[in-house]
Amino acid sequence: MEARHIYKVSEITRDIKVILENTFGQVWVEGEISNFKAHPSGHFYFSLKDESALLAAVMFARANKELKFKLEDGQKVICFGNIGVYEPRGQYQLVIEKMEPQGVGSLQLALEQLKAKLEKEGLFDPQHKRQIPYLPRNIGLVTSGSGAALKDILKVLERRFNDAHIILNSVRVQGEGAKEEIAQAVNDFNLFNRQARPEDRIEVMIVGRGGGSIEDLWAFNEEIVARAIYNSAIPVISAVGHERDWTIADLVADLRAATPSAAAEQVIPRKEDLSQRLDELTERLINSFLEMAVNCKEEIEQFIRRLSLGVAHIWELNNSSFSALLKKLNLLNPVALLPRHQEKIFSLARQIYIQADHSLKIRQAEFLKFSSRLSDLNPLNILNRGYSVTFGSDGAVIKEAKSIKPGAMIQTRVHKGEIFSKVTEVKQDG
Amino acid sequence: MAEIKFEEAMKKLEKIVEDLESGELSLDEALKKYQEGIELSRLANQKLESAKKKIDLLVKNKKGEFELKPFEDSGQKEE
Repeated sequence: MEARHIYKVSEITRDIKVILENTFGQVWVEGEISNFKAHPSGHFYFSLKDESALLAAVMFARANKELKFKLEDGQKVICFGNIGVYEPRGQYQLVIEKMEPQGVGSLQLALEQLKAKLEKEGLFDPQHKRQIPYLPRNIGLVTSGSGAALKDILKVLERRFNDAHIILNSVRVQGEGAKEEIAQAVNDFNLFNRQARPEDRIEVMIVGRGGGSIEDLWAFNEEIVARAIYNSAIPVISAVGHERDWTIADLVADLRAATPSAAAEQVIPRKEDLSQRLDELTERLINSFLEMAVNCKEEIEQFIRRLSLGVAHIWELNNSSFSALLKKLNLLNPVALLPRHQEKIFSLARQIYIQADHSLKIRQAEFLKFSSRLSDLNPLNILNRGYSVTFGSDGAVIKEAKSIKPGAMIQTRVHKGEIFSKVTEVKQDG
Repeated sequence: MAEIKFEEAMKKLEKIVEDLESGELSLDEALKKYQEGIELSRLANQKLESAKKKIDLLVKNKKGEFELKPFEDSGQKEE
């Protein structure tokens, strides 16, 4: 029998590797992702399977960093890469360079994934939407300084009333670095507001661009832009592309305008509307005042009427009371009163006189009466009827004989003169 | 009436009209408000006619401070 050639494991594995790699080279393989693992090194390890077979697959970090969408088990994908053999484990695998979702394009898938994620976080919830101010004084624009959007918006300003102050923050709207610039511009306007005076602050912001392919608009689907818009304190109107183009920015913004010009029209009213509103207000102003003036006139006239009536009435009233007062006044008039006073005085005087005279007479009569009684009682008067009064040496009147001793000197008062005598004998009655 | 924006004038005018229509004002208050209203209306009208476009470019200088520079809308090429 011929000499048996015995392969070493590594020999045969290497031969297999050479045959496989030469036979297949670069291939497109479609399948479903399963047991996907993202290695810390950034490399992705997973398998591709279909109903009856499994193919190991690897996508190194260098390649998977370009992916626009996130890999998940069960995803149907189309991969482009090389068949290779990983000798240490005797495993053949597909080393993937590029990958696309099956059916829908990778961009679309990425869009849906981001949309689902942000929706779950509540970034699209209506209650987070802020009111767009009616007549904003300062409007921020985040768009390209030389793009179609700006031209459209300027056209709108031309034919409409623009008392507002437009502030453009010029950014790239597609390609490398666009999403960062857009997000930064939105944040810058918010920073600007914190430093600016209240009247210079931006009250609304239009973020957008003119029409383009999904790739052209892609920056407005980026998460960084979505978050910048969501976190902006300034209300944002998104205006990306044409009517049919919907981007994540549109979903997060406080208001979605179909096009940049539509956005401008939202915040810059038509002159005719404003002048009409102004005329209306002015008319109401004049009418309300006229009406009031008219009312007042009537009121005033009424006042006047009542006043005149009142005055007349008062006059009469016064008149009568006036004359009464007058009379009273006259009476009280000191000059007029003078005669009355005099009269009074006279009458008083008379009265006094009468009184005095009267009381005088009474007094005189009493006097006479008293004096006659007095004279009756006057001990000396009795004398002239022969009586006499005898006094002791002590001057006291002697009423009892026994009070005197013989030989005492006594003094006797008679009607005319006195008698001095010595007592010879005393006799006491009873 | 200091430099007043159209929209401010309109707001003030609206307030005055409401006050007058409420009928609670005394006659001379009403008169004063009325005169103010007429002035605001004239001013707003003037604003309507004279509004001119004002566009600035927001730029951040090296120090990170914001500046506003007039923006000519001749589709000025971005530097």
